[in-house]
Amino acid sequence: MKAQSIEGRQDDPWSRLMRASIAGDEGAYRRLLEDIGRSVRAMARAAFARARVGDADIEDAVQETLLAIHLKRHTWDAGQPLAPWAYAIARHKIVDALRRRGRQRAEPLEDFQEFLAAPEGEDPHALSDARRLLATLQPRQRDIVTSISLDGQSIAATAARLSMSEVAVRVALHRALKSLGAAWRRSVK
Amino acid sequence: MRTSEFIAALAADPVPEPIRLERRMAVAVLIGLVVSIAIYALLSGPRPDIDEAARTMRFNLKFVDAFAFALPSLLLTLRLAYPDARARALALWLLAPVVLLAAAVVVELIVVPQDEWLQRLVGTKSMHCMRMIPLMAAPILAALIVALRSGAPMHPALTGALAGAASAGIAALLYASSCPDDSPLFVATWYPLATVVCVAVGALAGRRFLTW
Repeated sequence: MKAQSIEGRQDDPWSRLMRASIAGDEGAYRRLLEDIGRSVRAMARAAFARARVGDADIEDAVQETLLAIHLKRHTWDAGQPLAPWAYAIARHKIVDALRRRGRQRAEPLEDFQEFLAAPEGEDPHALSDARRLLATLQPRQRDIVTSISLDGQSIAATAARLSMSEVAVRVALHRALKSLGAAWRRSVK
Repeated sequence: MRTSEFIAALAADPVPEPIRLERRMAVAVLIGLVVSIAIYALLSGPRPDIDEAARTMRFNLKFVDAFAFALPSLLLTLRLAYPDARARALALWLLAPVVLLAAAVVVELIVVPQDEWLQRLVGTKSMHCMRMIPLMAAPILAALIVALRSGAPMHPALTGALAGAASAGIAALLYASSCPDDSPLFVATWYPLATVVCVAVGALAGRRFLTW
């Protein structure tokens, strides 16, 4: 398998960033997700082009992959490199996204490594399904996700505005993200 | 929503405790096994002539075969709980019990006269076998599925099916000590049939509970 080139070398940048994230470094986590997002975007773009499908759902595939990685990050074995793990999830989610566009069978994707080399920036005009899926959340959860993501507020500011404790906001946020993942999954079928 | 905004929400989410899946699965097998042994003790128990039987090759082969099936199934299940699973080499080990049993069947066909084949294949307690193996596998399968929910399998139905196979293998290991039929002809017919039931239930449970 091609991904073996980085196997056994767990101090590659992604694995390092993920270990820092798990240790509580929020900045490292943000950087890691942005990095992975760029690679997944390049990967999705290539897959979508090959399937002759328009670019419209690319940010969906990116965000869905990031959410899946996020919700399962505690199952990553820190003794293994992160890239193949993330790649497997990305591949799955991109195939899902293509299937949503009516493609029965997506072409197998190339090695992740080539996309690591040439990441692309986010299209500032691209909008994803996440906003539509937000509508499926409970109002309080939706409010919290919107506040932190779209309005860029901190947990503390959100908690103060909603007169909730910070812990309650975090719990609600986590539940909201989990429901978002489930809503995304349902939209595939 | 833009991805950079979405990332802000993800980064604000608290860090979960890392989990050790192999430990969870080991605990699951132990818990399931305790229930299975209780079912075994209640409904079946060891066969009365077990001391005598333990000196025969046919009887002992049942355990070797069940073990050779249960172990790779269980390891494969654990492997598949990771998204980047490399399972192919390990999957080949599933051929070991098949080859072993096939060889035993061939030897049995050679050493046993033809007019006894059918009688040995049908055995005396085939329905008991078909009931007891799935029944004793059920608690192990249930516990494994619960444990696997904290994993990240990319192929939920396949992962569930293998968990079903592993639970059937472990149940067969128990059941073999109670089953009075030792002929490889019996083992190669009824044990796999009971296993298929567990595999199918496992696949359904996997699709239902292991998708994420």
